[in-house]
Amino acid sequence: MKILRNSLLLVVIGTMTWMMFNLYKDYDSRTTLNETASYYAEKGPDETGAANLVTSVVVTYRGLDTLGEVTILFLTAAIIGLLLRTEKDSKTVPLRQSSEFLITAAKVLIPMITLIGVYIFINGHLTPGGGFQGGAVLASTFILLLISISQRKIGHRLLEFTEAISGFSFVLIGILGIILAAGFLDNHILPLGKFGHLLSGGAIPVIYSLIGLKVGAELSTIILELNQIQRKDDTIS
Amino acid sequence: MIQSVLIILISVVILVMAFVAIYHKSLQVAVIASGIISLFASVAYIFLAAPDVAITEASIGSVLTVAIFFYVLNKIRHEDIKK
Amino acid sequence: MIQYLEIEYITVFAGFLLLMVGLWGIISQKNIIKMIISFGIIDTSIHMLLVAIGYIRNRTAPIIDSAVSKSDAVDQITDPVPQALVLTAIVIGVGITALLLTYALKLFRQNKSLEINQYNSLKW
Repeated sequence: MKILRNSLLLVVIGTMTWMMFNLYKDYDSRTTLNETASYYAEKGPDETGAANLVTSVVVTYRGLDTLGEVTILFLTAAIIGLLLRTEKDSKTVPLRQSSEFLITAAKVLIPMITLIGVYIFINGHLTPGGGFQGGAVLASTFILLLISISQRKIGHRLLEFTEAISGFSFVLIGILGIILAAGFLDNHILPLGKFGHLLSGGAIPVIYSLIGLKVGAELSTIILELNQIQRKDDTIS
Repeated sequence: MIQSVLIILISVVILVMAFVAIYHKSLQVAVIASGIISLFASVAYIFLAAPDVAITEASIGSVLTVAIFFYVLNKIRHEDIKK
Repeated sequence: MIQYLEIEYITVFAGFLLLMVGLWGIISQKNIIKMIISFGIIDTSIHMLLVAIGYIRNRTAPIIDSAVSKSDAVDQITDPVPQALVLTAIVIGVGITALLLTYALKLFRQNKSLEINQYNSLKW
């Protein structure tokens, strides 16, 4: 019975492999950029003022995709917070105390890693990096914080406040783009400045910093929800 | 030439780790194997001239996904032992 | 034939193989956590495929600094659009994994088992 099932699965996978191989057979790698990419390469630095072309594509040319992605992350954090809701008076499980080495190392490392994360999303338009990467590094800092102080509770008001204000300001800057400049999330509402400096690129550093704070706060909220349930000891879900 | 050899090595390690992730009996080893897949894919992105994608994949695929898996696995094991 | 040993061909081939391995993992495994891990593997393979398609040989990253000047950027950079798409897709992938794991936790609390053979209440 198991052999029959495995052979049927192999037939299905073999058919799909044959279909994928037909797709792979006619693949020729490109030698020049196509039209859209040549437009972004020629006119991108002058129109947007950002040195990192991927940043200018993500924030200005395809800014609506970024808005959708921020919405999806917000939905994910909200759904996880809803599903993992626990009763207020369920018993708490005592967690093990972290070792001395971990506590001391965390006290030294957490400010440095936060500094790296903030550096990554502030300089997103000049070097590789940006809001999503910086937000992920900030969430990693939060994981280290949670592991090292496992005995105490953590209030999540600051996280909620940061996430709400960042999301709201992001949409507000987008709407300001409609009123003051050409369209939604246009970065000409602030002056473009000198190419290659930190304060160049119009509103791109502001937008990317807000996205970095929002993504960091959201991923930290997901981690915090999953950590709260470790302390609860409920037998009825 | 040296780039092709390195990319072949990276692809072989990725495929072997994918089989380990599917067929190993212990769940912790499978989760760490998926983290290793993300890490080696991040190195491949550097060869493909995409530094933004490499930073994102290394920090999200190797750290956050594995941490979320381990939180949930701990809760499941805790409820299993208590029962 | 030696042309097929360049970087982008190898990565596209590895991406397709990894897609098949991940699909095999979803169909043949019975543990829910293993299915979620295979879903993550499929995600990684699609991202590798997308970035490899946008690669042009002997060109560098799409960032304008001392290596690439502004005037001849059209001849020296790779395609920035697939990289921007994959950037968004990776972050959404981690959100989907977190949601799937929460559902698996709720299912485990309901039926005390992680095998999908036990969840046949919708079968007729």
